[in-house]
Amino acid sequence: MEYYLQLVLNGLVVGSIYSLVALGFVIIYKATKVVNFAQGELVMVGAYVCFSLTVQAGIPFLASFMMTLAFSVVLGLAIERLFLRPMIGEPIISVIMVTIGLSTVLKALVQLFWGTQIRVYPQLLPQDPVFVAGLPIAPVYIAAFVLSILLFVVFSLFFKYSRHGLAMRATAFDQQAAASMGIGIKNIFALSWCIATVVSAIGGVILGNINGINSQLGQLGLKVFPAVILGGLDSLLGAAVGGLAIGVLENVCDGAAMQLLDLSGFKDVAAYVFLVLILMIKPYGLFGTKEIERV
Amino acid sequence: MSGKCGLFYTSYRAEAGLFPSRFQKACMAAFMAVLLICPWFLGSYPVSVLNLICIAVIGAVSLNLLTGVCGQISLGHGAFIGVGAYASAWFAGQGLPFAISLPLGGAVAAVIGMFFGIPSLRLKGIYLAIATLAAQLILEYVFLHWEGVTGGPYGLSVDSPVIFGLTLDTDRSMYYLILFCTVLSVLAAANVMRTRPGRAFVAIRDHHLSAEIVGVNLFAVKLQAFGLSSFMAGIAGGLWGHYTMYITPEPFGIGLSVSYLAMIIIGGLGSVLGSVFGAVFITLLPEGLNMVAGSLAGLFPNVSTYFLAMKEGVFGLILVLFLVFEPEGLARRWRLLKSYWKLYPFAY
Repeated sequence: MEYYLQLVLNGLVVGSIYSLVALGFVIIYKATKVVNFAQGELVMVGAYVCFSLTVQAGIPFLASFMMTLAFSVVLGLAIERLFLRPMIGEPIISVIMVTIGLSTVLKALVQLFWGTQIRVYPQLLPQDPVFVAGLPIAPVYIAAFVLSILLFVVFSLFFKYSRHGLAMRATAFDQQAAASMGIGIKNIFALSWCIATVVSAIGGVILGNINGINSQLGQLGLKVFPAVILGGLDSLLGAAVGGLAIGVLENVCDGAAMQLLDLSGFKDVAAYVFLVLILMIKPYGLFGTKEIERV
Repeated sequence: MSGKCGLFYTSYRAEAGLFPSRFQKACMAAFMAVLLICPWFLGSYPVSVLNLICIAVIGAVSLNLLTGVCGQISLGHGAFIGVGAYASAWFAGQGLPFAISLPLGGAVAAVIGMFFGIPSLRLKGIYLAIATLAAQLILEYVFLHWEGVTGGPYGLSVDSPVIFGLTLDTDRSMYYLILFCTVLSVLAAANVMRTRPGRAFVAIRDHHLSAEIVGVNLFAVKLQAFGLSSFMAGIAGGLWGHYTMYITPEPFGIGLSVSYLAMIIIGGLGSVLGSVFGAVFITLLPEGLNMVAGSLAGLFPNVSTYFLAMKEGVFGLILVLFLVFEPEGLARRWRLLKSYWKLYPFAY
């Protein structure tokens, strides 16, 4: 029993990072109807930039973290302007392929600059585990969990109460109507890419503090698809719930498969088996908007 | 027809012909003749590259039927090719002759493809892409862990195919077998697009509601598209397995699915000729990059350390640039080139 409780707890922590990445994913999809297959690579780039600034350039962590965020804003703007804006109005498959191509380019750049070996962040938090309900957890995990929750609250408030958040919701709902009410659609697109890169970079820095980083970090993007589909592609709440659920699910399934069936590596595929089931039963996820078609 | 500028059909049959003019027929015949005799003038390495190109053409044509013609995005095509490879290798390993095990491999791939095509009735666009992505990752896991059949990470060795008592164990003899299958698949795809199911595919891609209203059974036709496409993918996989004689799970990863999608996009969505162009381009790309890296190695000795990363990056960059600047692919460029010569010296 304790074994499974530990699995659930680890799943929640990993899941909170999935939620963060899923948040970036959902924001882009909500505002621009683009599914970003390069989300995992954005996480990786953020993690590496922050790593370079703290370790290689010797800048204090907080300052380099801020610089990473600034870099992410620029990166997001550049990607949107150079690659995504020409794709407005192109078929879905082309847009998907642009983001896939982008992901391989980003991955290649990271390998070119930083190589493929694992890099470890300096220890920011104490190593000794804290006991929660009798189970040991490293403080960095707790920090990660709290930070992701905090970000979610911030973004939910942003969408609910700020001008830009309102404009983004309006654009997501009906692009033409929003444009005719004086909302600059292109600015909204740029803003959503900025937010997505920033959120991903934060996720990357958190991950780097937990596990260290290597050039396979981009694989994380693949883990996020089941999470967003479970939650619904265009729902922020869905991203949060989906991320946590997938994190727990894959940890528990992996542990169960290991203990009961002696199957290793089930972690990588558990979420996808579940994804097929979700798609067959509830294609638009738990909180997603159902697309109704009428003639 | 000769002597006129352009095509003037006098019957529907003439318009529906695969090669509308005598000139095109002659060009095609000449091209086939070159393909048939070229292995006798080439070394074994260029022939092996030709073999890989031909296999890629089968895969690209099959994916183009599903994604380009029917509009059902598949990110799992690499895995369907893998299913064909493993299945036909397994059947061959049970002692079945090659001529039976290859189509059986295709049939298994078709069944698996149709199973993962079932969600396509309710899912469109991006949701379907992610469902097929799930197929890709689940099948990869199966390749790696169903050790009784696939040999797990150690792989599965395959014997050379034997046809009419001839053992095809050289690049050149395999070339003729693969070329035969390739021509057959390209012709099959071109013909499917002219038939009733093929037009139903196009109708679904263009507007699925209208298609349903004019009486296309969406579910059946989508499943047909998945089945046909995966069958051909399975054949490509089977040929690949018998050609390389050793199968491991690695080549059938998501990278393969992406490069097949890249082929049909760079070539031209929905065009058979485009799939051929794309397959040739993407297969030759690493060869070209190898040559560039080889010539750069003298100038910058460190270039090979970064080469792998560069290769991936260049692939991605070319893909993105094509999508931004030439979204309709090489097939459109080819059409423009042809009409340029036809209309010369006028610019329209």
